[in-house]
Amino acid sequence: MKNAVPVLSVLAVIVAAWWLAVAPMNIRPALDIAERGGAVVVPEGSVPRRDVSVWKLMLDNPGQVAVGYDLKRPRLPTPSQVGEELWKTTGAMVAKGRTWSKRSLVYHAWVTLQSTLWGFMLGTTIGILGAVAIVYSRVMDMSVMPWAIISQTVPIVALAPMIIVVSNQIGIDGRGVPKAIISAYLCFFPVLVSMVKGLRSPTAQQLDLLKTYNTNGFQSFFKLRLPASVPFLFTALKVGIAAALVGTIVGELPTGAISGLGARILIGDQFGTPLAIWSALICAAILAGALVTLIDVLQRITLRRMGFHT
Amino acid sequence: MIWIVGMMAFWAAAWCINVWLANSAHAEKRAVRIAVPVLFGVTILVLWEGLVRGFGVSQVILPPPSQVIVVFAQSMDILWIDFVQTVLKGALRGFLIGATAAFVAALLIDRSAFLTRGLLPIGNFVAALPIVGVAPILVNWFGFDWHSKAAVVVVMVFFPILVNTVQGLRETDAMQRDLMRTYAAGYFQTLAKLRIPAAMPFVFNGLKIATTLALIGAIVAEYFGSPTRGMGFRISTGVGSLSIDLVWAEIFVSALVGSAFYGVVTWIEKRVTFWHPSQRG
Repeated sequence: MKNAVPVLSVLAVIVAAWWLAVAPMNIRPALDIAERGGAVVVPEGSVPRRDVSVWKLMLDNPGQVAVGYDLKRPRLPTPSQVGEELWKTTGAMVAKGRTWSKRSLVYHAWVTLQSTLWGFMLGTTIGILGAVAIVYSRVMDMSVMPWAIISQTVPIVALAPMIIVVSNQIGIDGRGVPKAIISAYLCFFPVLVSMVKGLRSPTAQQLDLLKTYNTNGFQSFFKLRLPASVPFLFTALKVGIAAALVGTIVGELPTGAISGLGARILIGDQFGTPLAIWSALICAAILAGALVTLIDVLQRITLRRMGFHT
Repeated sequence: MIWIVGMMAFWAAAWCINVWLANSAHAEKRAVRIAVPVLFGVTILVLWEGLVRGFGVSQVILPPPSQVIVVFAQSMDILWIDFVQTVLKGALRGFLIGATAAFVAALLIDRSAFLTRGLLPIGNFVAALPIVGVAPILVNWFGFDWHSKAAVVVVMVFFPILVNTVQGLRETDAMQRDLMRTYAAGYFQTLAKLRIPAAMPFVFNGLKIATTLALIGAIVAEYFGSPTRGMGFRISTGVGSLSIDLVWAEIFVSALVGSAFYGVVTWIEKRVTFWHPSQRG
């Protein structure tokens, strides 16, 4: 908690900078609107204005700067506009009982969350099983590990549209499965790497001790290697769930999805409604924060129960 | 049928060879360490080829790798234009700008303990966010050409590099800094001779993460509007017009570029941080 004051002040500076940046970003559309409304603008006409810098425009037309803070389709919305839009599409919708309406961000966030969790589960399972195979088999270690690294240098977004097309062609309805595959693809790698480290973390001495107890492979796995890897697992899960969310949103961006936060961003772009894009972005950020925090809490509880000193 | 049987036979043979190689006395040799994963990769390609041909999968759904290679060779000119547009103009410029900006910002932040404590948690949080989503906004601001792609890349690579560099700059311990003081070294000398070299393993960690992000950013930004060239443009239009083999050729290029980019950064890392325990041995 000792970081609260610095973090809050840095956040305040960021919001203030955002708010100040709105004026130069929006001055051109603001002047266009003011001119159409009959106000006197220097210089006249939007074409001659194109060659004048935004700073000079702001100095010459101080009266119209305020217009930029209240545009319907701003280039850069103010923080309060985004907050208002966010409230209109979440809290206000819930209050009106339209939580699951297609216009409600709660609905879209839920769609995204579902795919994220499916992808997260799939990716984590693949990661853990892969790590066990790698730790116990030299062949797997030598042949799979390099490809796991290479798989992460391939930009998944290039593959994303193909995954969607292929899964569509082989008769999988809807976007859920391909999105989950994409997020699993991004999510499995941190889990795999950390679990390999974690399963190998017991020292030779500890393994030898178990040998003197005459344990077999299963027992030494469940009583020593697996518990020893739990701290590593949780660290990876925090990275993994954030990566899974990124994967889902990437899966929603290309080729015409209709529900999900990524689709909101896409639709907001196509219909020229920047407020929808910004509110979907903030919503995605809140979702990411909530998921990471959730795993962090789980980590603390689990590790304390297991007797790790954290 | 012959394809399936052949594929299965190849799979079994390759697996046996790999098992034998990995458990043989030569397993630690460099050639074997490379041969085993290469054989594994070839097996996957053979499986893909065999499955597609054996089951007669339509080329519109999944072309066999051999055909992808043919298309790759035939459309070198298109692929080159896309490569220049997306990688050289968008991703690389954005990467350089973003990495430089993040490095300089980290040096400035590092001067103030207050800023470090305030920005590290925020930077860590932002680095975990789905920043790709800002792509449509930046395309709207900077236009369709490579500027907007570079801008998306800058935003995406900035925070991972910033966070890692700030963390790396805190890596030196009090003893080492005290030693520099006894040498009467000033702030900049300590920075140049002790703290930046000590931070390098962390910086490269961030740079390696950023290589993939740079390509992702450049390609995604093209989905939201681009001139009629670029890898993302070709992929999104190729999916629509069913020229799937060209899309796979683009994916192949992006895989090559991604791996090469990562490889180059790793190679530089080896030269720069040769003293670090993880690089020795």
